[in-house]
Amino acid sequence: MQIQTNIDDHRIAKLAAFAIALHMVEAVVPSPLPGVKPGIANIVTLYVLLQYDFATAAWVSILRVFASSLLMGLFMSPTFALSLSGALVSLSVLWVAQYLPKRYFSVITLSILAAFAHIAGQLIMVRLWLIPHASVAYLIPIFSVAALFFGLINGLITARLLYNKAQKPEPDITEPKPG
Amino acid sequence: MLSLLHSPKPTFRHLLIGDWFTIISCAIIIVFLFQTLWSHEHAAKVQIRIGDKIYAAYDLNQQRDIILHGPIGDAVIHIEQGKVRFVKSPCHNQYCVHQGWLVHSGQVAICLPNQISLELIGKQKPYDSLNY
Repeated sequence: MQIQTNIDDHRIAKLAAFAIALHMVEAVVPSPLPGVKPGIANIVTLYVLLQYDFATAAWVSILRVFASSLLMGLFMSPTFALSLSGALVSLSVLWVAQYLPKRYFSVITLSILAAFAHIAGQLIMVRLWLIPHASVAYLIPIFSVAALFFGLINGLITARLLYNKAQKPEPDITEPKPG
Repeated sequence: MLSLLHSPKPTFRHLLIGDWFTIISCAIIIVFLFQTLWSHEHAAKVQIRIGDKIYAAYDLNQQRDIILHGPIGDAVIHIEQGKVRFVKSPCHNQYCVHQGWLVHSGQVAICLPNQISLELIGKQKPYDSLNY
Protein backbone atom coordinates (compact mmCIF):
# COMPACT_ATOMS: atom_id res chain seq x y z
CA MET A 1 0.00 0.00 0.00
CA GLN A 2 1.30 3.41 -0.87
CA ILE A 3 0.07 6.51 0.91
CA GLN A 4 -0.11 9.45 -1.44
CA THR A 5 1.81 12.39 0.02
CA ASN A 6 2.08 15.87 -1.32
CA ILE A 7 4.65 18.60 -0.84
CA ASP A 8 2.82 19.98 2.22
CA ASP A 9 3.14 16.63 4.00
CA HIS A 10 6.85 16.56 3.24
CA ARG A 11 7.28 20.05 4.56
CA ILE A 12 5.39 19.28 7.77
CA ALA A 13 7.44 16.11 8.27
CA LYS A 14 10.70 17.96 7.74
CA LEU A 15 9.81 20.78 10.12
CA ALA A 16 8.41 18.37 12.72
CA ALA A 17 11.71 16.47 12.56
CA PHE A 18 13.49 19.72 13.41
CA ALA A 19 11.17 20.27 16.36
CA ILE A 20 11.60 16.69 17.59
CA ALA A 21 15.39 17.03 17.41
CA LEU A 22 15.29 20.23 19.48
CA HIS A 23 12.92 18.59 21.95
CA MET A 24 15.27 15.62 22.37
CA VAL A 25 18.27 17.91 22.88
CA GLU A 26 16.36 19.78 25.54
CA ALA A 27 15.33 16.58 27.31
CA VAL A 28 19.01 15.87 28.04
CA VAL A 29 19.65 19.30 29.52
CA PRO A 30 19.22 19.20 33.30
CA SER A 31 16.68 21.56 34.80
CA PRO A 32 16.82 23.10 38.29
CA LEU A 33 13.09 22.60 38.79
CA PRO A 34 10.94 19.97 37.10
CA GLY A 35 8.88 21.69 34.45
CA VAL A 36 11.10 24.73 33.98
CA LYS A 37 12.50 24.22 30.50
CA PRO A 38 13.53 26.59 27.74
CA GLY A 39 11.06 25.06 25.28
CA ILE A 40 13.33 25.56 22.29
CA ALA A 41 11.12 23.30 20.18
CA ASN A 42 8.58 26.12 20.25
CA ILE A 43 10.95 28.14 18.08
CA VAL A 44 10.07 25.78 15.23
CA THR A 45 6.32 26.14 15.90
CA LEU A 46 6.57 29.94 15.84
CA TYR A 47 8.80 29.99 12.81
CA VAL A 48 6.35 27.77 10.92
CA LEU A 49 3.39 29.88 12.03
CA LEU A 50 4.99 33.03 10.67
CA GLN A 51 6.56 31.51 7.59
CA TYR A 52 3.63 29.29 6.54
CA ASP A 53 0.27 29.14 8.30
CA PHE A 54 -1.45 28.10 11.49
CA ALA A 55 -2.49 24.64 10.26
CA THR A 56 1.12 23.72 9.49
CA ALA A 57 2.27 25.04 12.86
CA ALA A 58 -0.41 22.99 14.66
CA TRP A 59 0.59 19.84 12.77
CA VAL A 60 4.26 20.37 13.57
CA SER A 61 3.56 21.04 17.24
CA ILE A 62 1.25 18.05 17.79
CA LEU A 63 3.47 15.69 15.79
CA ARG A 64 6.43 16.84 17.88
CA VAL A 65 4.60 16.04 21.13
CA PHE A 66 3.57 12.55 19.99
CA ALA A 67 6.80 11.58 18.26
CA SER A 68 9.18 12.77 20.97
CA SER A 69 7.17 11.04 23.70
CA LEU A 70 7.29 7.82 21.67
CA LEU A 71 11.03 8.22 21.21
CA MET A 72 11.62 8.76 24.92
CA GLY A 73 9.25 5.96 25.92
CA LEU A 74 6.96 8.36 27.76
CA PHE A 75 3.90 7.95 25.54
CA MET A 76 0.68 8.17 27.61
CA SER A 77 2.70 8.99 30.74
CA PRO A 78 2.06 12.10 32.86
CA THR A 79 4.96 13.80 31.07
CA PHE A 80 3.21 13.23 27.77
CA ALA A 81 -0.09 14.51 29.15
CA LEU A 82 1.61 17.69 30.39
CA SER A 83 3.38 18.16 27.09
CA LEU A 84 0.17 17.69 25.12
CA SER A 85 -1.96 19.96 27.30
CA GLY A 86 0.73 22.65 27.15
CA ALA A 87 0.95 22.37 23.39
CA LEU A 88 -2.83 22.48 22.91
CA VAL A 89 -3.37 25.54 25.09
CA SER A 90 -0.34 27.18 23.51
CA LEU A 91 -1.73 26.54 20.03
CA SER A 92 -5.15 27.90 20.92
CA VAL A 93 -3.57 31.10 22.24
CA LEU A 94 -1.44 31.38 19.10
CA TRP A 95 -4.54 30.88 16.98
CA VAL A 96 -6.00 34.03 18.52
CA ALA A 97 -2.71 35.94 18.77
CA GLN A 98 -1.83 35.51 15.10
CA TYR A 99 -4.48 38.15 14.34
CA LEU A 100 -2.64 40.80 16.40
CA PRO A 101 -1.55 43.69 14.17
CA LYS A 102 1.85 42.77 12.71
CA ARG A 103 2.81 46.42 12.66
CA TYR A 104 3.05 46.56 16.45
CA PHE A 105 3.38 42.97 17.58
CA SER A 106 6.19 40.79 16.30
CA VAL A 107 6.84 37.10 16.82
CA ILE A 108 8.36 37.98 20.22
CA THR A 109 4.91 38.75 21.62
CA LEU A 110 3.60 35.51 20.15
CA SER A 111 6.47 33.64 21.77
CA ILE A 112 5.85 35.13 25.22
CA LEU A 113 2.12 34.50 24.99
CA ALA A 114 2.73 30.94 23.83
CA ALA A 115 5.14 30.33 26.72
CA PHE A 116 2.58 31.60 29.24
CA ALA A 117 -0.14 29.50 27.62
CA HIS A 118 2.14 26.49 27.77
CA ILE A 119 2.68 26.70 31.51
CA ALA A 120 -0.99 27.53 32.01
CA GLY A 121 -1.97 24.36 30.19
CA GLN A 122 0.50 22.32 32.18
CA LEU A 123 -0.50 23.79 35.53
CA ILE A 124 -4.20 23.17 34.79
CA MET A 125 -3.34 19.54 34.07
CA VAL A 126 -1.23 19.30 37.23
CA ARG A 127 -3.96 20.86 39.33
CA LEU A 128 -6.80 18.74 37.93
CA TRP A 129 -5.07 15.41 37.69
CA LEU A 130 -1.57 14.99 39.10
CA ILE A 131 -1.58 17.14 42.26
CA PRO A 132 -5.22 18.04 42.93
CA HIS A 133 -4.36 20.50 45.64
CA ALA A 134 -4.47 24.27 45.91
CA SER A 135 -0.81 24.52 46.96
CA VAL A 136 0.12 24.17 43.28
CA ALA A 137 -0.60 27.90 43.20
CA TYR A 138 2.73 28.51 44.97
CA LEU A 139 4.52 27.40 41.80
CA ILE A 140 2.72 29.81 39.48
CA PRO A 141 5.06 32.80 40.06
CA ILE A 142 8.20 30.73 39.41
CA PHE A 143 6.78 29.25 36.22
CA SER A 144 5.64 32.69 35.09
CA VAL A 145 9.13 34.13 35.46
CA ALA A 146 10.51 31.20 33.46
CA ALA A 147 7.81 31.71 30.81
CA LEU A 148 8.63 35.39 30.38
CA PHE A 149 12.38 34.78 30.29
CA PHE A 150 12.42 31.83 27.92
CA GLY A 151 9.52 33.19 25.88
CA LEU A 152 11.49 36.36 25.26
CA ILE A 153 14.67 34.49 24.32
CA ASN A 154 12.85 32.06 22.02
CA GLY A 155 11.03 35.00 20.45
CA LEU A 156 14.29 36.86 19.79
CA ILE A 157 15.80 33.74 18.22
CA THR A 158 12.72 33.24 16.03
CA ALA A 159 12.72 36.90 15.03
CA ARG A 160 16.37 36.57 14.05
CA LEU A 161 15.69 33.44 12.00
CA LEU A 162 12.78 35.08 10.19
CA TYR A 163 14.90 38.18 9.58
CA ASN A 164 17.72 36.12 8.11
CA LYS A 165 15.24 34.22 5.96
CA ALA A 166 13.79 37.48 4.66
CA GLN A 167 17.25 38.86 3.90
CA LYS A 168 18.38 35.96 1.76
CA PRO A 169 15.54 33.70 0.74
CA GLU A 170 17.05 30.46 -0.46
CA PRO A 171 15.00 28.34 -2.80
CA ASP A 172 14.21 24.96 -1.34
CA ILE A 173 11.54 22.31 -1.68
CA THR A 174 9.78 23.54 1.44
CA GLU A 175 8.78 26.76 -0.31
CA PRO A 176 4.98 26.86 -0.63
CA LYS A 177 3.48 26.66 -4.06
CA PRO A 178 2.31 29.99 -5.45
CA GLY A 179 -1.42 30.58 -5.38
CA MET B 1 15.82 58.09 12.42
CA LEU B 2 17.46 55.49 10.23
CA SER B 3 20.44 55.28 12.53
CA LEU B 4 18.08 54.31 15.34
CA LEU B 5 16.87 51.36 13.30
CA HIS B 6 20.46 50.18 12.85
CA SER B 7 21.26 49.95 16.50
CA PRO B 8 24.50 48.22 17.50
CA LYS B 9 22.57 45.41 19.16
CA PRO B 10 20.99 43.72 16.17
CA THR B 11 18.93 41.30 18.25
CA PHE B 12 16.86 43.86 20.07
CA ARG B 13 15.82 45.86 17.04
CA HIS B 14 13.29 43.12 16.33
CA LEU B 15 11.32 44.30 19.36
CA LEU B 16 8.36 46.41 18.33
CA ILE B 17 6.34 48.72 20.52
CA GLY B 18 3.71 46.05 21.13
CA ASP B 19 6.41 43.61 22.22
CA TRP B 20 7.60 46.02 24.88
CA PHE B 21 3.99 46.38 25.93
CA THR B 22 3.71 42.59 26.24
CA ILE B 23 6.94 42.27 28.19
CA ILE B 24 6.07 45.06 30.62
CA SER B 25 2.52 43.83 31.20
CA CYS B 26 3.80 40.28 31.77
CA ALA B 27 6.34 41.61 34.27
CA ILE B 28 3.59 43.50 36.10
CA ILE B 29 1.44 40.35 36.18
CA ILE B 30 4.38 38.37 37.59
CA VAL B 31 4.97 40.92 40.37
CA PHE B 32 1.25 40.78 41.13
CA LEU B 33 1.34 36.96 41.20
CA PHE B 34 4.27 36.98 43.62
CA GLN B 35 2.49 39.40 45.90
CA THR B 36 -0.80 37.53 45.99
CA LEU B 37 0.42 33.94 45.99
CA TRP B 38 3.56 34.28 48.08
CA SER B 39 2.26 36.72 50.63
CA HIS B 40 3.58 35.88 54.06
CA GLU B 41 0.89 37.54 56.00
CA HIS B 42 1.61 38.04 59.66
CA ALA B 43 -0.75 36.08 61.81
CA ALA B 44 -3.37 37.62 64.04
CA LYS B 45 -4.37 34.73 66.26
CA VAL B 46 -3.17 31.38 67.49
CA GLN B 47 -5.61 28.52 67.56
CA ILE B 48 -4.90 25.76 70.04
CA ARG B 49 -6.22 22.26 69.66
CA ILE B 50 -6.04 19.65 72.37
CA GLY B 51 -7.08 16.18 71.31
CA ASP B 52 -9.77 16.56 68.68
CA LYS B 53 -11.22 19.78 70.09
CA ILE B 54 -10.39 23.41 69.51
CA TYR B 55 -9.32 24.48 72.99
CA ALA B 56 -8.96 28.23 72.51
CA ALA B 57 -7.84 31.01 70.20
CA TYR B 58 -5.66 33.78 71.59
CA ASP B 59 -4.78 37.12 70.08
CA LEU B 60 -1.07 37.38 69.29
CA ASN B 61 -0.75 41.02 70.25
CA GLN B 62 0.13 40.34 73.84
CA GLN B 63 2.83 38.82 75.94
CA ARG B 64 1.88 35.88 78.11
CA ASP B 65 2.53 32.27 78.97
CA ILE B 66 -0.28 29.77 78.72
CA ILE B 67 -0.27 26.41 80.44
CA LEU B 68 -2.07 23.68 78.51
CA HIS B 69 -3.18 20.44 80.12
CA GLY B 70 -2.59 17.68 77.61
CA PRO B 71 -3.15 13.94 78.01
CA ILE B 72 0.43 13.24 79.14
CA GLY B 73 1.11 16.39 81.10
CA ASP B 74 1.29 20.17 81.11
CA ALA B 75 2.81 22.08 78.23
CA VAL B 76 3.70 25.77 78.27
CA ILE B 77 3.39 28.03 75.25
CA HIS B 78 4.61 31.59 75.09
CA ILE B 79 2.96 34.36 73.07
CA GLU B 80 5.08 37.41 72.38
CA GLN B 81 3.94 40.27 70.13
CA GLY B 82 2.86 38.48 66.99
CA LYS B 83 4.63 35.16 67.46
CA VAL B 84 4.18 32.06 69.51
CA ARG B 85 6.21 28.99 70.50
CA PHE B 86 6.20 25.91 72.68
CA VAL B 87 8.37 26.60 75.71
CA LYS B 88 7.96 23.42 77.68
CA SER B 89 6.42 20.12 76.81
CA PRO B 90 6.27 16.80 78.64
CA CYS B 91 6.84 14.86 75.41
CA HIS B 92 9.88 12.68 74.81
CA ASN B 93 11.37 14.05 71.59
CA GLN B 94 10.64 17.78 72.09
CA TYR B 95 10.06 18.40 68.36
CA CYS B 96 7.42 20.97 69.18
CA VAL B 97 9.81 22.99 71.35
CA HIS B 98 12.64 22.77 68.83
CA GLN B 99 10.39 24.10 66.09
CA GLY B 100 10.75 27.52 67.68
CA TRP B 101 8.78 30.64 66.87
CA LEU B 102 5.76 30.57 64.58
CA VAL B 103 5.26 33.87 62.80
CA HIS B 104 3.35 33.54 59.53
CA SER B 105 -0.27 32.61 59.18
CA GLY B 106 -0.73 28.98 58.27
CA GLN B 107 2.29 27.81 60.25
CA VAL B 108 1.66 25.00 62.70
CA ALA B 109 3.46 23.29 65.55
CA ILE B 110 2.18 19.91 66.56
CA CYS B 111 3.02 17.88 69.62
CA LEU B 112 1.76 14.42 68.74
CA PRO B 113 2.46 12.64 72.06
CA ASN B 114 0.60 15.29 73.98
CA GLN B 115 -2.04 15.82 71.25
CA ILE B 116 -1.60 19.61 71.28
CA SER B 117 -1.31 21.69 68.14
CA LEU B 118 -0.86 25.39 67.55
CA GLU B 119 -1.98 26.96 64.31
CA LEU B 120 -1.50 30.57 63.35
CA ILE B 121 -4.48 32.22 61.71
CA GLY B 122 -4.31 35.38 59.63
CA LYS B 123 -7.11 37.61 58.50
CA GLN B 124 -7.99 35.08 55.85
CA LYS B 125 -7.19 31.44 56.23
CA PRO B 126 -4.57 30.19 53.76
CA TYR B 127 -4.59 26.76 52.15
CA ASP B 128 -4.99 24.00 54.66
CA SER B 129 -2.46 21.32 53.85
CA LEU B 130 -3.02 19.48 57.10
CA ASN B 131 -6.59 18.37 56.60
CA TYR B 132 -5.98 17.43 53.01
